[in-house]
Amino acid sequence: MAEHREFFYRRLHSLLGVIPIGLFLVQHLVVNHFAVYGEESFNKAAGFMHGLPFRLLLETVVIYLPILFHAILGVYIVFVARNNMKRYNYFRNWMFYVQRFTGIVTLVFIAWHVWETRIQLGMGNVDLDYSLMENILTNPFMFWFYIIGVISTTFHFANGLWSFLVTWGFTQSPKSQKIATYATLLIFLAISYLGVRTLIQFAYGV
Amino acid sequence: MAEQQTVTFIITRQDSPESAPYDETFHVPYRKNMNVISGLMEIRQNPVNANGDKTAPVYWDMNCLEEVCGACSMVINGTARQSCAALVDKLEQPIRLEPMSTFPVVRDLIVDRERMFDALKQVKAWIPIDGTHDLGPGPRMPEKKRQWAYELSKCMTCGVCLEACPNVNDKSNFIGPAALSQARLFNAHPTGEMNASERLNGLMDEGGIDGCGNSQNCVQVCPKGIPLTTSIAAMNRATNIQAFKNFFGSDHAH
Repeated sequence: MAEHREFFYRRLHSLLGVIPIGLFLVQHLVVNHFAVYGEESFNKAAGFMHGLPFRLLLETVVIYLPILFHAILGVYIVFVARNNMKRYNYFRNWMFYVQRFTGIVTLVFIAWHVWETRIQLGMGNVDLDYSLMENILTNPFMFWFYIIGVISTTFHFANGLWSFLVTWGFTQSPKSQKIATYATLLIFLAISYLGVRTLIQFAYGV
Repeated sequence: MAEQQTVTFIITRQDSPESAPYDETFHVPYRKNMNVISGLMEIRQNPVNANGDKTAPVYWDMNCLEEVCGACSMVINGTARQSCAALVDKLEQPIRLEPMSTFPVVRDLIVDRERMFDALKQVKAWIPIDGTHDLGPGPRMPEKKRQWAYELSKCMTCGVCLEACPNVNDKSNFIGPAALSQARLFNAHPTGEMNASERLNGLMDEGGIDGCGNSQNCVQVCPKGIPLTTSIAAMNRATNIQAFKNFFGSDHAH
């Protein structure tokens, strides 16, 4: 491993994007979607997650450290590409670019989102309940900021899942990669719906 | 096109590896069925630019003239390809010729593709057959597999896939798609297979297979139609397995 450090880091980057970060993202969106069933329903679901044993350890191992590693190496990966869609105007080349673009947008969004919710919560400035998100999202600017942030995140995950399947050698032939494109597109639409539906609930109460 | 009397070339020139590039325009008498190389030959015969000034003839690289050697690759109207196979009648005018930007320019349209040969060395893209005694004929290859391998063996190290790859550039150490596919070719060979792990370890070295970002431009532009992205995905799987073997140890022979 020591002699293949770069290879190891890039494989770890690919793995962490799906396990655990991708799994956490889906779980996060599903739990938040309880808001659609009413304030009480959300408070109960969020309260359950908040009350998990060893929460800080879980958060650190499943969320903070993987995202930190993925983000730092990810910014470097964005930096070493020279995008050339103008000359090579192909679908996958655009996906390559959008994956890097949404990576940066997602990083900015997550940084703000964590500051506004988890860190404020940790400092005791706010309480974890329905009204916390309601107060944030009734502001139209924040609503659209969250819409862009959530869709950017779900795209980055779904398209990243496609790359993950190639990087780990699951999809090799052009046909299997094409099927994976459609499958990850469906995943993108499904989890985007979850996220956007929840945001609309918090912002407009419908 | 048939009535047209001249063909206009706008060529990005560079006098030496360190000097700054500049554009020079040439009008060349039209002939039927010209390719870009015959246009360049006209310029060599009469090196006078569009302003009527005598200039140094344009330098370019060529060898086979039938799209199998890869030497005459250049960027023609924005797309990297072989100039021998680029027919003037099928190109929009003026025809813009530039050297491939991924490689250091030697002079005018000649680039130094040495990094591609270094990459082949990194992944040991050859079959070691030398011994102190006669090693015999080696195992046979099934005909079906030979036909499959023939497609991969068409690679001419022309550099077009590296030019099109967004991850092959001055900021990254990625060796590019060509060598990754060659490692697969030699690992599939019945004799080459005996050294498969050495090539896989080469693929895992700095600048190796992990540099691929799946933009898949390479498979779109390859003039030989090599399934480069399939090769990369196959080598992804093989290197992952090799990495596990390296780390955990394995009682397999290689």
